[in-house]
Amino acid sequence: MPRIKLREIAHARAGDKGNILNIAVIAYHPDDYTLLQEQVTTERVAAHFRGLIEGPVVRFELPNLGALNFVLHRALAGGVTRSLRLDPHGKSLSSALLELKIEI
Amino acid sequence: MRSSIRIGAGAGYGGDRFEPALELVEKGNINYLVYECLAERTIALYQQEKLKDPTRGYNPQLKRRLRPVLEPCFRRGIKIISNMGAANPQAAQKEVLDLARKLGLKGLKVAAVLGDDVQDLLRDRTGKVLETGETIAAYAERTVSANAYLGCAPLVRALAQGADVILTGRVADPALFLAPMVHHFAWKLEDYARLGQGTVIGHLLECAGQVTGGYFADPGYKEVPGLAALGFPIAEVQVDGTAIITKPPGSGGIVSLATCKEQLLYEIHDPAAYITPDCVADFTGVKLSQIGPDQVQVEGGTGYTRPQELKVSIGYREAYIGEGEIGYAGPGAVARARLAGEIVQQRLKKIGLPYQELRLDLIGVDSLHGPWLTDGSHEPYEVRLRVAARTSTYEDAVRIGEEVETLWTNGPAGGGGARRSVREVIGVVSTLIPRELVKPLVSVKGENSLPIDEV
Repeated sequence: MPRIKLREIAHARAGDKGNILNIAVIAYHPDDYTLLQEQVTTERVAAHFRGLIEGPVVRFELPNLGALNFVLHRALAGGVTRSLRLDPHGKSLSSALLELKIEI
Repeated sequence: MRSSIRIGAGAGYGGDRFEPALELVEKGNINYLVYECLAERTIALYQQEKLKDPTRGYNPQLKRRLRPVLEPCFRRGIKIISNMGAANPQAAQKEVLDLARKLGLKGLKVAAVLGDDVQDLLRDRTGKVLETGETIAAYAERTVSANAYLGCAPLVRALAQGADVILTGRVADPALFLAPMVHHFAWKLEDYARLGQGTVIGHLLECAGQVTGGYFADPGYKEVPGLAALGFPIAEVQVDGTAIITKPPGSGGIVSLATCKEQLLYEIHDPAAYITPDCVADFTGVKLSQIGPDQVQVEGGTGYTRPQELKVSIGYREAYIGEGEIGYAGPGAVARARLAGEIVQQRLKKIGLPYQELRLDLIGVDSLHGPWLTDGSHEPYEVRLRVAARTSTYEDAVRIGEEVETLWTNGPAGGGGARRSVREVIGVVSTLIPRELVKPLVSVKGENSLPIDEV
């Protein structure tokens, strides 16, 4: 089966609150929402960010927007204020998730 | 009563661009101009300033932001709402009244919303810190600020009293936008479904340019025309809460389904339960429709009963972060930068510098996502070493940057462009407080202070 990057079918936005990061993954076309639902699982997202995040990943489904919302706990090295990371908000992690491979 | 109102977002964070607000006033045909300028930890910094000087402690750019818009807003009847009052809304109120006097704006009324500062209330309480489960007493000695997130009620009261400018401290961001809707359409504060839809609109607007194409462009995938001249958003809201998100004609940026979806989910956890002081909003029924160029209709947001407790953000002195950077280029740049990092680490160990955490990054190689997501297969032409550490004292933090800077004459070949910095870390934790203990006050024009019954 051909594999493409998630970037080809979806866009993403990261947001921070304390030590929690959320990444919304949104299908460009409503038809591709099923692909997201089936293949962008909490397990795969957790595996993709292994080493960077310490807590669990929770997924919320928004069929009304053709979107998934991932909430990544203990993901920001202690949170925006105390983190030593150069990107303490984790804003650049939205692009990192779009590297994920999708089978079509 | 107008059948709809137009609310513009003049700033999405404290340091936001200045020009778009004037464009909203001149070309946006708006009725309300809202500036959201208060990040979670910022109020602690302002509280410290207020302790040093009681005339300060509010956003220092207040006058710079309002000077160009105050006269045209007053003339056109555009009401201004902002949390630029920060830790000292009354001092901010005085500054705007002074500005109005200098501009000759007779009769301009300025409201200050008070009562979010709950430091005194917390002293007698034994609440838990939500993030850690510790008691709030564990933070008492280091606490700099404690502010409850107020809802829209005191702002609605200020609008009812005819305020032209409303300055608040800590207020839930969407409440800044909800207030004009509740005021204008006389929505009931118990009409949680309506407040939920209003909260959706407020959430879409609160980061200003983030819904009109800011934080969005990705060349080849997501194009944003005229990003350099990014215009800020306007919501045209109907009495039933249905709204159209748009932007001033001729401004840069784009309002599309994609920009609205990204912003709708920005900083959201459970989209069925977005907790605010005014309601628990539910985004799962939201329907977005592109009804024209740069026009997205928003409907279907709803909400449930407001929480009985208010969230309180506690700012406390936590630590210091010291940083140093130096650059290497040409053949072997990465190897020299790595060597430099090892040297700094060894020297810090030798002098016994106490730090809580130390981090080495190679900027251009692995500084954003560490080794885990980095493709290390290519050798960049140039790289910067960054050393950062969190320490308990300012003096220790200074030593981090000093040790990096000494690489000039004591490190590998060709190190240049050393930079160093130190900053204080204000930590933030939260707790909950019963709503009835928090008593917001509204003072209009600095005259009478009237108690508000509900939060």
